[in-house]
Amino acid sequence: MAKDGIKASKQTGLYFVIPFFLLFIGLLVVPLIYSGYISLYKQGLVGGNRFVGLANYAKLIQDPQVISGLVRVVTFFFMQVPIMLGVAIFCALAIDSGKLRFPKVFRILIFLPYAVPSIVGVVIWGYFYGKNYGFLNQVLGYLGVDSVNFLGSQSSALGSISNIVTWQFAGYNMVILYAALKGLSTDLYEAAAVDGAGSIKVAWSIKLPQLYPAIFLTLIFSVIGSFQLFVEPYQLSTLAPTVVNNYFTPNVYSYTSAFLGNQLNYAAAISFSLGLVIVLVSTIVTLLGRRAGEELI
Amino acid sequence: MSQKTETKLIMHKKSNFLTLVLLIIATYFIAPLAWLVISSTKNTTDIYSTFGLWFGRSIHFWDNIKLVFQSDNGIFINWVMNSLVYSVSGAVGAAILATMAGYGFSKYDFVGAKMMFRFTLGAVMIPTAALAIPTFVIFSKMNLVNTRWAVILPSLISPLGVYLMKVYADTSIPKNLIEAARIDGASEVKIFLGISLRLLMPGFITVLLLSVIGVWNNFFLPLIMLSKTELQPLTVGLSIWSGRANGGGSGNSPEFQAAVITASLLSIIPLCITFLFLQRFWENGLSSGAVKE
Repeated sequence: MAKDGIKASKQTGLYFVIPFFLLFIGLLVVPLIYSGYISLYKQGLVGGNRFVGLANYAKLIQDPQVISGLVRVVTFFFMQVPIMLGVAIFCALAIDSGKLRFPKVFRILIFLPYAVPSIVGVVIWGYFYGKNYGFLNQVLGYLGVDSVNFLGSQSSALGSISNIVTWQFAGYNMVILYAALKGLSTDLYEAAAVDGAGSIKVAWSIKLPQLYPAIFLTLIFSVIGSFQLFVEPYQLSTLAPTVVNNYFTPNVYSYTSAFLGNQLNYAAAISFSLGLVIVLVSTIVTLLGRRAGEELI
Repeated sequence: MSQKTETKLIMHKKSNFLTLVLLIIATYFIAPLAWLVISSTKNTTDIYSTFGLWFGRSIHFWDNIKLVFQSDNGIFINWVMNSLVYSVSGAVGAAILATMAGYGFSKYDFVGAKMMFRFTLGAVMIPTAALAIPTFVIFSKMNLVNTRWAVILPSLISPLGVYLMKVYADTSIPKNLIEAARIDGASEVKIFLGISLRLLMPGFITVLLLSVIGVWNNFFLPLIMLSKTELQPLTVGLSIWSGRANGGGSGNSPEFQAAVITASLLSIIPLCITFLFLQRFWENGLSSGAVKE
């Protein structure tokens, strides 16, 4: 009886998983394969698609608009992610140190921007960046500093976007890191404290190294987010259309190619390649993380 | 930072210096939201001519609210309702599917379970942007583009949710509890609904909450799938209004800037309140992901 029950239950497991898995196949696996498939075709002028092999890919690796977009998101990654994760790590360690007044209040305040939709974040910061009447230039004016055009050039626009993303996601990363800190055993801190280590030393030499796995997790999330950058440049282009143009990031370019330029197949090739780049970079980060972890032990 | 923290006894003494540093950092995170609240009380002239973090010459909050609800024949209400429909149906669906699948992966070892779970985990890395265009093409062939399904269906799958629920089921439901129920003759469905589901509830709410946030804040998917303005969620609606206010012209009163700001404020209130009240759940959710990795 009991044996039969367990045997029957094994099949039941499949019934629990199958609703999710069917949708997973239909809405994730099929589109992914289909994306690769349509990227091998080209829309004919008279209608009907014709097979062109890897021609779309040959075109995109030489397309200066694709390359400049990719260079921009890579630059963005190296510029923004260290600052964002630095702030997140510092805040997580500070809140966990036990030396802060009102740690709970700080935790929720720093996290709150994550609850704000990206589009609202961009709208607010758009008003902050305004050339003549923007809030930041108001403040600079009071300080007697000349007004700054935050969206005046592509590099300053990229810096301004970095700031929006940092504002929005530092708190999210902080919560992940803080949770990891909470999961650590406190024995080591107490031993170190008995040995006379101050809380800065405890944070730096004991907590931080144990935080590496969680830091690598946030790093992978950041890779995925950075390379897909879309909402911020898409919306800021209404403020500075010539600077934040329609190929500012690969994702913006893919969107404009598909829906404004009517080149669906080429757009599919761009997003498929972008997906490959993201998986590749995330895998490299994972491997580096694993190696760093081994060296530590 | 100061080095006065020499001995173990001072470990838990509060530091004013550290608190001050965090106060400066927290100001950076809160100032834009404070600006939004204050600016929602101003008319467009005051938004540009008075200090951003203090009130204008007069309070226009109710005028702005009226403007938000009356512009474009009251389409703002449509957007709010759409956001609610998309996020509630998408998130409830996603949480139910993830809970069932996570439970299945955790408590049964059926043929192919390991492979299916590995597939699911790998999918966490796949960028949603890579899927949007092919999904659009498939949906347009199925006549789903410009329907609510185009936004709801893709929201139903949450690989991360399945992963979180499996981890949660591993730790919260003892295997011998299920076996005892089996010996008593309870069916698998009855065990799931009667015993396991109750134990899984905190995990379920966490996944539900994370999905609500995900769908409420989603922008790219509805932007691509919907061209009818009356089907858009708040995020895309705000983008349309904001673009129009920035672009100027097209028959808008100058007061439209104030409407955009007030609408932005109204759109973030529901989620901010949810976050404040359900802090325990989202923190648990994020932490179970982080600790396991």
